[in-house]
Amino acid sequence: MKEKPRKVQLFHTCIVNEVYPEVGISVATILERLGVEVEVPTSQTCCGQPAFNAGFHDDARKVARHTVDLLLKSGDPVLIPSGSCCDMISHQYHMLFENDAEYLKKSHELSERCYEFSQFLVDVLGITDLGARINAKVAYHPSCHLLRGLGVRTQPKTLLEGVGHLECATVKDQEECCGFGGMFSVKNSGISGGMLENKLKNIQASGANTIVSCDMGCLMHLEGGLKRRGSDINVKHISQILAEGLS
Amino acid sequence: MAHFLDRVETALRDEHLRDAMLAATRDLASRRVNALANLENADMIRDLARQAKMTMLRDLAGNLETFERNLKRNGIHVHWARDGKEANRIVIEIAKAAKCKRAVKSKSMATEETHLNHALIDAGLDVLETDLGEYIVQLADTTPSHIILPIIHMTRGDIGQIVHEKISVPYTDDPEKLTKIARAKLREAFLSADLGISGCNFGVIDTGTICLVSNEGNARLCTTLPRVHVAVMGIEKLVPSLAEFDWMIKILARSATGQKITTYTSVISGPRRAGDHDGPEEMHVVLLDNGRVNILGGEIAEILGCIRCGACLNACPVYRNIGGHAYGDTYPGPIGAIVTPGLRGMKDWKELPDASSLCGACRDVCPVRLDIPRMLLKLRQTGVEEGRAPASIKWMMKGFGIVVSRPWLYRLSARWGGRVARLLASRGWIHKLPGLGGGWTRSRDMRAPAAKSFQQLWKERKRA
Repeated sequence: MKEKPRKVQLFHTCIVNEVYPEVGISVATILERLGVEVEVPTSQTCCGQPAFNAGFHDDARKVARHTVDLLLKSGDPVLIPSGSCCDMISHQYHMLFENDAEYLKKSHELSERCYEFSQFLVDVLGITDLGARINAKVAYHPSCHLLRGLGVRTQPKTLLEGVGHLECATVKDQEECCGFGGMFSVKNSGISGGMLENKLKNIQASGANTIVSCDMGCLMHLEGGLKRRGSDINVKHISQILAEGLS
Repeated sequence: MAHFLDRVETALRDEHLRDAMLAATRDLASRRVNALANLENADMIRDLARQAKMTMLRDLAGNLETFERNLKRNGIHVHWARDGKEANRIVIEIAKAAKCKRAVKSKSMATEETHLNHALIDAGLDVLETDLGEYIVQLADTTPSHIILPIIHMTRGDIGQIVHEKISVPYTDDPEKLTKIARAKLREAFLSADLGISGCNFGVIDTGTICLVSNEGNARLCTTLPRVHVAVMGIEKLVPSLAEFDWMIKILARSATGQKITTYTSVISGPRRAGDHDGPEEMHVVLLDNGRVNILGGEIAEILGCIRCGACLNACPVYRNIGGHAYGDTYPGPIGAIVTPGLRGMKDWKELPDASSLCGACRDVCPVRLDIPRMLLKLRQTGVEEGRAPASIKWMMKGFGIVVSRPWLYRLSARWGGRVARLLASRGWIHKLPGLGGGWTRSRDMRAPAAKSFQQLWKERKRA
């Protein structure tokens, strides 16, 4: 087996930077505890997914070129606390650069070094039990791009199962989309709202007090829905539940 | 016709529809999982089936010529229809030439596409749908809302009401009684029909064969009892040989309804021959283009490999919420969101590819592994390139590209954007957003951006 990396570049994502900065801190806390140094490239912005998904490939490409160039400056693995942004950089950039041989090659090089947070912990560092403990009944929400884009199904569950006193609730239709989908939630707000309604009904029926996911986009959507309904269920990025369980 | 988003709103207001759709699609999706789990080498068969379809499409023109030759060798008349109108005209001409008056039809999405029933009735023919679901659709004068289960949106109470009103029988919602009522009507029609119309699930190139699958036996009756049989098929429905057909039926019924195989599988290689006990005197195949050739050369050519199992509809959370009619054309669900703009152009259908969260559930369940999200993304890109995006979104995205590719500008915009957003918030939450954002706050609140970004917190942490 290859030597385990001692240092990562954190691509914190725009949503963590602007809305949920504490998630970035908990990600770094966990990594440092595992002996991995965290570097934050300060010129990072967004992966470009909003424009890409809306069909504006020229505009998305500008952002993608910037991101590729920035993250290739160092040879360290890139850690992304989001299944969706990680899928964007490691898979969708190939579509953006299908007519640009230079950047296509670069994007392939980059994609081999990108890891979503739970994927990095379990697959790269070989961690399953951090020794964390927390009293919570958790509904795990597998975000779509994490699950079906990156194929990360078991890693987050493994990490959650390793947390003492934590109970994983059984959620009906667990792998169904929460209805976020970026611009979809705005342009097709009716359908998105219907999907959110189904998801929250199933989570509420599970008896969970916390929703845990690896994507703050979905969690922002779910949290907004919970807030509107006056629910006291919390949402947490998986790194937050691990960090809290360690403190 | 109402705008897509209006149709969606109508569908979403219909709690009855949503409940019926959720229950039925959940049930079908779990049946599918069980059925495929019991198929040995399912993944390999799916790969092989995909490969066979994709290889066939690479030389569709050549394959169609061979298919035509082999159909003719089997004594089948072959007709080519550029569009739906031409297909309907051909069927009517066949009927008139053979002096047919009463047609029975088995389930066919191709003829839904061409609106054949209305054309036949206008031409003075009687036509009766004989698939139970399609029969109810015809009675109710509506359209199918699912490609496999045409009346998935109806409850048995709905069906009982339609049957009661349209054929004047006492109301019942007992499925067995309703089936018996339909059966009596259909039997009568089968025995008196002189024209049988079917679709075609697979056309086998090297044997010149038409394959049909059904669960009610009606397709077999339609293709054997009447004097004349006409099959209308999309030009993409070919498989090289019976070996590939075997792979296809192994995955088709499992993906569609969770059955190992449909109750009836008809493999038809021509009209009645000397010594045959049944079969039509005359058999025709109408090969329908209707926009397929336009798809073939483009970015979404892959969609022509679809075997119409409907698994993507059952898995799709959007379809589950809005049902089939909101899609506004013959093919609903993820497949419809690609096929409809593909066949009919983006002009009137650009909303369909947008109406997806790109969750990828469709790609996971597709038996021939069509990358549906990729095609949706391609269609969105096409829409933008054709200048069909609203100006507000266009400028927003242009701004996004300019700002987000420049870190200093991004930081500045985020800082000021955050300040403005926090002004709209009370105790950290925004309950109503203006403009496009109003879509969000329609059914959820929005957390206001944090006062300090992660990068600011990170800097402070480093200093400490």
